[in-house]
Amino acid sequence: MPEIRNYTLNFGPQHPAAHGVLRLVLEMDGETIDRADPHIGLLHRATEKLAESKPYNQSIPYMDRLDYVSMMCNEHAYVMAIEKMLGVEAPIRAQYIRVMFDEITRILNHLMWLGAHALDIGAMTVFLYAFREREDLMDIYEAVSGARLHAAYYRPGGVYRDLPAQMPQYEKSQWHNQKEVDKLNENRQGSLLDFIDDFTKRFPGCVDEYETLLTENRIWKQRTVGIGVVSPERALQLGFTGPMLRGSGIEWDLRKKQSYEVYDQLDFDIPVGVTGDSYDRYLVRIEEFRQSNKIIEQCVKWLRANPGPVMLADHKLTPPSRENMKGDMESLIHHFKLFTEGYVLPEGEVYTAVEHPKGEFGIYLVSDGSNKPYRLKIRAPGFAHLSSLDEMIRGHMLADVVAIIGTQDIVFGEVDR
Amino acid sequence: MSKVTDKLVTHIKEHFGDSVTVDVAFNEVTMTVDSKDIVQVCTDLRDKPDLAFEELIDCCGVDYLTFGQVEWETGSATGSGFSRGVAETDEPTGEQTGSHRFAVVYHLLSIKNNCRVRVKTFLSEDEPILDSVVGVWAGVNWFEREAFDLFGIMFRNHPDLRRILTDYGFIGHPFRKDFPLIGNVEMRYDAVQKRVIYEPVSIEPRTLVPKVIRKEQQEMQVSD
Repeated sequence: MPEIRNYTLNFGPQHPAAHGVLRLVLEMDGETIDRADPHIGLLHRATEKLAESKPYNQSIPYMDRLDYVSMMCNEHAYVMAIEKMLGVEAPIRAQYIRVMFDEITRILNHLMWLGAHALDIGAMTVFLYAFREREDLMDIYEAVSGARLHAAYYRPGGVYRDLPAQMPQYEKSQWHNQKEVDKLNENRQGSLLDFIDDFTKRFPGCVDEYETLLTENRIWKQRTVGIGVVSPERALQLGFTGPMLRGSGIEWDLRKKQSYEVYDQLDFDIPVGVTGDSYDRYLVRIEEFRQSNKIIEQCVKWLRANPGPVMLADHKLTPPSRENMKGDMESLIHHFKLFTEGYVLPEGEVYTAVEHPKGEFGIYLVSDGSNKPYRLKIRAPGFAHLSSLDEMIRGHMLADVVAIIGTQDIVFGEVDR
Repeated sequence: MSKVTDKLVTHIKEHFGDSVTVDVAFNEVTMTVDSKDIVQVCTDLRDKPDLAFEELIDCCGVDYLTFGQVEWETGSATGSGFSRGVAETDEPTGEQTGSHRFAVVYHLLSIKNNCRVRVKTFLSEDEPILDSVVGVWAGVNWFEREAFDLFGIMFRNHPDLRRILTDYGFIGHPFRKDFPLIGNVEMRYDAVQKRVIYEPVSIEPRTLVPKVIRKEQQEMQVSD
């Protein structure tokens, strides 16, 4: 009989299945895990401390870099905190744009999660399919903000600018001849909203494709059913939020329960799991694809019919137009003050949370009445989820570690901050 | 004040009486608790059916050392002209030092009653020690480790109070207000010694935008 010893295994921080820079110290009994000790902080940039040294608006781009696969949702929580303290509300059109981009971001995030999770446990094709759709969504990001990832598009008082009337197009190059370019530009002839509308029509079919590959796949089910089961009681104890909590059968979604922006005027459902295993969380997220798509459709319809301002006209908070600055003294002063000193917030503290694709993303902002945050605490959902890794992993095999990291949807930008 | 907030304040007053102070601002409820009572208060908040805060969302430290301290005085500027740049301040002149330097802030969520509450407790500069609530909500474990790492707040009876976010062998608590933004040491590879070495930082701290407090502007916002 071969001798089986207990030993300690180091996993990461440079392991492709560790989703970034996670280092795990695993105590093994044969191939079974007795204890897992995650070491995090290898990507710690002290975002919160950096934000304390800058005027409020200069920290918006830092928010993109927290959870770097769901950028605009991070910004959303931050600008909502500032707006709550100032007691202002973004114009209704800006609220619809924010909701639409929150849901585009949710699809972006879940596509990344689905591709990486499936790749981790052995299905290569899904990754390629998911990135095909991500490309279109990042083009939408680029069209509206100029950046494919780190958008900095949401601002206190609205969004940076209105949706463009013309979707950017591909140009002929040495790699693509005119015929190929024409094909690529086929659905880019109209405005950004036309392009998004075209995407929402295509996307349910794409989700069907992912489901064909995975939902009834025997290997997929063997790797996820009954893996990382969390009971509803434990999920609450461990501070789970978002799909992790809903996978355990608790119906809780901030968009419905503590509605913000215009979510209360939109029609969508909250998928809930039953057993609390990795497979249920997969099903919940797949259904969220479809629900997000539904929300985007409704937003596109509303935005087509209702033009209007997308930013408040209070120039103590938002910049005046460049045109005005050239001739109007007051606008010039406003611009100068806003971009050098910024604006002050009243003394006090607020906590705002959004339903981020990964769970509840919260901003706790303490202000002492100055132009910089006194203390900014970022409540990242991944941090709470990863802290339960030890409990979820115990008794599972080594190969299940990657399945559980995958199902938690961990991104180190937000865990380490 | 909304109905839910109103009801919550009544329930809190009913259960805890005068042992806690309750404030409502921005439609959010803040309870200030004596640090000795924290475990008892948290257990009650979780177990009493009309409070039922079954989930801890967040726990973090705050350092009040320089609260309300500005880098640039603007009040007298009309008469004397503005100063240039930011002078180095030796002594923190903030309002909250000594017995109220640190705070630990818990954000709780009740799924049953669909409401939130913030629990706040102050700790002194000399003895930033507090009982851990890891027995009440298991999920607080890493949040308390983070507060320990970044602020040096100790949690009694915590099962595993190690550093979490900073580097192995890090010295100091970086989120304290007296810890410089640029840090104390920098790291580089030394070709002679053939290893990575730590040295005192070679860069100088600078303030790009001075911190100012403008009361007039705040009042204007309130009146709007």
